[in-house]
Amino acid sequence: MMAVSLYHYLFVSALLLVLGIFGIFLNRKNVIVILMSIELILLAANLNFVAFSAVLGDLVGQVFVMFTLTVAAAEAAIGLAIVVIYFRNRGSIQVEDVNLMKG
Amino acid sequence: MIAAVAFYVFALILLASAVMVVSARNPVHSVLFLILAFFNAAALFLLAGAEFLAMILVIVYVGAVAVLFLFVVMMLDVNFAELRSGFQRYTPIGLAIGFVLAAELFIVFGGWKIAPDEMSLRFAPTAANVNNTAQLGKLIYTDYIFLFQTAGLVLLVAMIGAIVLTLRDRQTSRHQNIARQIARIPADTLEMVSVRSGAGMTEIGIRRPKVEAAVPEVEHATTDHDHGAH
Repeated sequence: MMAVSLYHYLFVSALLLVLGIFGIFLNRKNVIVILMSIELILLAANLNFVAFSAVLGDLVGQVFVMFTLTVAAAEAAIGLAIVVIYFRNRGSIQVEDVNLMKG
Repeated sequence: MIAAVAFYVFALILLASAVMVVSARNPVHSVLFLILAFFNAAALFLLAGAEFLAMILVIVYVGAVAVLFLFVVMMLDVNFAELRSGFQRYTPIGLAIGFVLAAELFIVFGGWKIAPDEMSLRFAPTAANVNNTAQLGKLIYTDYIFLFQTAGLVLLVAMIGAIVLTLRDRQTSRHQNIARQIARIPADTLEMVSVRSGAGMTEIGIRRPKVEAAVPEVEHATTDHDHGAH
């Protein structure tokens, strides 16, 4: 059982999520910091899973956290690979310059 | 009591380092604060009783993902000051959206409670006398084996994808061309020449490109002298 209540964990992870989203808006041009902000958001989700798993005494939440960690690691690797080849082609990583596909 | 104090300390450091991740001037500092945030999140996992996940978080995130970020940040020669040019402009909208989101989340917290029959709906209740790692192992190798295998597949695809994306065949690099090596015969590179007795190489015309001019005589003499003195 936990030393503090579930609400403490929920509060911390909610603030972490908000900080991650704030980071995405704050660093609109720097794609590397945007990727780090996404990692923070995923960390907040994981914290929620673990807190609920501990409170309910159910291990399935922790199994799901393992899967989330895997997906987050894969996402970081692919995202950074894309950043590297984009930098190799264009010489910059400005997100606002990414308009080759006219999206 | 001690655990509660530890929770507050770790949570505070976690949030403070998250603030530094998004607001640091130098992306390298951002990555280092991200590592600190992951360490503190691992401590929070430990306090919640998820020991295995805490260790996984340290190994996977601090050991692999954060170092990957660090490599990319340091390898790319980017003018990071220029990337921060819109920092002031985007701060108000970011703060506004952050406040709205936080307010919504806290409203949800206010009117929310666990369902009364939740305890009977548990799929894998934690046992008191088995440690977290053993329980999790039993679960992921039996009931969640497909999820576990899928996680491995996701990592494999990500690995192949990252390699395919970043691999390039440089024209300047000298690969070993095995077919060409095997197809080579001595007659291509080796020439037998019958040399007349006493003839120099220059006369026959097989002299290699000129060697460098000999060392000046004076220098030679001094080195010789030195050598003699010893």
